[in-house]
Parts: sequence; C-alpha cells; structure tokens
Amino acid sequence: MEEKQTGTFNVKAGLAEMLKGGVIMDVTTPEQAVIAEKAGAVAVMALERVPADIRAAGGVARMADPSIVKKIQHAVSIPVMAKVRIGHFVEAQVLEALEVDYIDESEVLTPADEQYHIDKWAFKVPFVCGARDLGEALRRIAEGAAMLRTKGEPGTGNVVEAVRHLRAVNAQVRRLINTPDDELADLAKELRSPLEIVRKVKETGRLPVVNFSAGGIASPADAALMMQLGADGIFVGSGIFKSQNPEAFARAIVRATLHFNDPKVIAEVSENIGEAMPGVEMATLTPADRMQDRGI
Amino acid sequence: MEVRVGVLAIQGDVREHKNHLALAGATPVEVRTLKDLNRVQALIIPGGESTTIGMLMAEEGLIDEISSRVQNDQFPVYGTCAGLIVLARDVVGLSPARVGLMDITADRNAYGRQVSSFETKLRISVFHDQPDFPAVFIRAPRITRYGPGVTPLATYDGSVVMAEQGALLVSAFHPEMSGDIRIHQYFVEKVRKTLKV
Repeated sequence: MEEKQTGTFNVKAGLAEMLKGGVIMDVTTPEQAVIAEKAGAVAVMALERVPADIRAAGGVARMADPSIVKKIQHAVSIPVMAKVRIGHFVEAQVLEALEVDYIDESEVLTPADEQYHIDKWAFKVPFVCGARDLGEALRRIAEGAAMLRTKGEPGTGNVVEAVRHLRAVNAQVRRLINTPDDELADLAKELRSPLEIVRKVKETGRLPVVNFSAGGIASPADAALMMQLGADGIFVGSGIFKSQNPEAFARAIVRATLHFNDPKVIAEVSENIGEAMPGVEMATLTPADRMQDRGI
Repeated sequence: MEVRVGVLAIQGDVREHKNHLALAGATPVEVRTLKDLNRVQALIIPGGESTTIGMLMAEEGLIDEISSRVQNDQFPVYGTCAGLIVLARDVVGLSPARVGLMDITADRNAYGRQVSSFETKLRISVFHDQPDFPAVFIRAPRITRYGPGVTPLATYDGSVVMAEQGALLVSAFHPEMSGDIRIHQYFVEKVRKTLKV
C-alpha cells in the first residue's frame, strides 16, 4: 500500500473546495442541525448562541461547550464546523480533539489574543478565517488558513458590510493581477502579506483558497447577491434561526444560492416564507459593537 | 467531433472538472437544470455532500432524467466522491436520494471525519505501466461490495476506490484536485466509444 498523508494543505483546502456553491448554517442544537441538513446545508457551524444572541448577551463569548458540538456531530452526516476565539489555540486543540471538520477562528467570539492569530499550520484540522480586505485575507493564508470568508457584520441581518468587504477583496485582487512583477514586493509590503502568496495570486488570477461570504446575510436575495458578486458560497448565521420560519428560510436560501443567476427562481423561493430576522442599521453600532474590526 | 460533457454545478469542484475536461478535449457545460442536461452527451457528478447534492438533484428532476438516459441511451456518467454515492445502488446507513444504477455498495465517510482525509498515489489498472495517480480523498466513501458486472480499476487499503460498469465510472477520490488529467481523458474516450462519436 502506498504511503498516505493526512492534514496536508491540499486535503485541508480540498474540503472547502467541495463546499463551493453551498450554504453553511449556524446551529445551536441537534434539532436545528437536522433542519439545516434537510434543507440542503452543505455544512453546519455548531455554536452555543447565534451571533445576534451573542450581540444581545454581551460579555465574553467563548468556544461552545464540547457536549453541544458532539451532539450536533452525532445528529448529522454533513461536515460540522465550530468557532474558536481569535488566537485561542487551546480552544482549537479542543476542537481538533473532538474531530470537528473545520475550525472557524472567528471575530464573532471575543478575541483571546490582540496581536497573534493561531498558527494554523500546527493543526491537522483545517481553519477558516474572516477578512475585510486582501491584506487580511493573505495574512490569514500565511498563518495556514485553508478557507476564507469575507467578513460582514455578524448578527445584524444587514448585508451592507458583507458587500463592502467582498467588493474590496475583489477590487484588490484585480489591482494585484494588473501590478507589474517588479512592483509586487512593494505591494506585498503595503498589504502586509508575504510576497510569495502575493505572487501566487497574480499567477493564478485569484485567491489561493475558497472564499465564502459571511455576516448579515438574511434573505434569499442577499445570498444570491453575494454569489453574483463572486463569493464561492454562503455562511448564514442568525439569518435562518432568527427568521420567522427557519425551515422555509433555510430551503429558500439554499435554492437561491444554487440558482443565484436566475431571478425567476429567486422570486419563486422568496414568496411566502415569512419575515426575515430583524435587522440592525450600522450607524447604530458603537465601535465596541463592531465584530468585524477584531483580529485584522 | 465535439463532445459536450456536463459538470453537475450544484457544489464542489465544478471549475476544476471543467478545466480538466477542456484539457482532455471535451467541451465542458455546467448543468443545473433539465434544460442544461438536455444539452450534454455525458455528465460528471463532482464531490460535495451527497445528501445535499442528491436532494437538490431530485428537486430539479435531474435524478429521474439521468436514470432514464443511463438505462435507455447508455448515457455516460462519472461520479467522484459524493458522485460515487449518487450512482451507487446501495448505501450503508442513511441513504440520500440518488440515481442508484451502479451495482455497488458505498460506505459514506468510510475513512472518518476530515482529520482522516488524505492523499496518496494509486495504481490504476487501465493506465497499465504508467506512473501512479495522485489521489486526494476528502471525507471519502469506500466501495464495500460490487456486483459481477462491475470492473474494479483501483484499490486502496484493500477496498475498491475506482470502478466502472458499462457507461458508468466512479472514483472515491478527486482526480480534479491534481494537475493529472488522465482520468478525465479516460472518461472522454469512454464517452466517444460509448456514443460512437
């Protein structure tokens, strides 16, 4: 038998590649996980509270109780992801011991380290990280992230920040591709990112890993908007289980993500699904409320 | 002559399969709906999550149409990873909606969770003395039984991980994740032979 290698970057990034085109849903109970799986979620994110409730509760938000993660792993056959605090490598060790399929080093939880993110190369389980711009994205890849999500403002039901950041990353990738080779080193410095990864983006014409959109996506049209803007897939946090009819919303968002270029289908799936989660206007958030500014 | 090979574009490595198909001399076409399916002469079902893919295929009416074309017109289909499960007649444990026309039993996530995903090199019988194939297994299934009409093409750790039956081809691993296009070439050749084009 040939030698096998586990935990390679290929294998880590590979799972994210398989999720492309899909919807990953935040769930807090096994029952919600089953609803998500039945609705066609491609993976679930196991949490103690959805971002809207974390926002409401205040205080320090930590990794979920392992018993919640285990129950959710037991309830579904799709991949189960879970969140750790930025820089909290022991929470990540715990989730690796639980064999979660992906770890989200997430600004939704209260950061544990204001300077350093987790050294993600030290783990066999792959990591997804958030980014608001290309520099953040490439720094996370340099630390070993095998998947990205452009940040929105979690738990707000307001898609404006998700749009801003996906557009920003796309615009910077376009600029990078058009930068002459002899100016790349300078651009890498400006982006505070390794030159080697900057060169790779230019060579391939795109980000080296899959990039989902997250934060504030609350309707089927929101999901299709992010897909048309070039996201590889969608994370929906509070948008499903804070809506009036989670089953209907979950199915509608899955179908709108699949048929993101077909307005007739988006119209059809948006009909009679009840009210979306209540939204929050960005201007009402204080700087301390803004999760996206954490871990940059 | 041109061969139009569809790539089921619900989830997974749609772009990578399309690139490999183009390099193998076929014209790749994304398939999401029945209308798309009617434009193609063969189909690749990529990896992803079989429960999700099966459900969304059924909703679009794709399962019934693919089944009928496989049975009536020898429609060539290649299923990788989740695609293998979609083509398998029997599945261990919870069984997702599927085409189910290949006489095999598939064990989903047979190697365990993502920490157990791996890459290796495989000897593939139809490539004879050529170098081994770089194979990536992501939460992969395993073929635990195959009927008399099925030809195993590769094994790993004692289980069959690639096989064919008539116009159907399956692999538990992802050939599109390496730069090696030999399996796509093999499938395109199979399509040409089956359809005599």
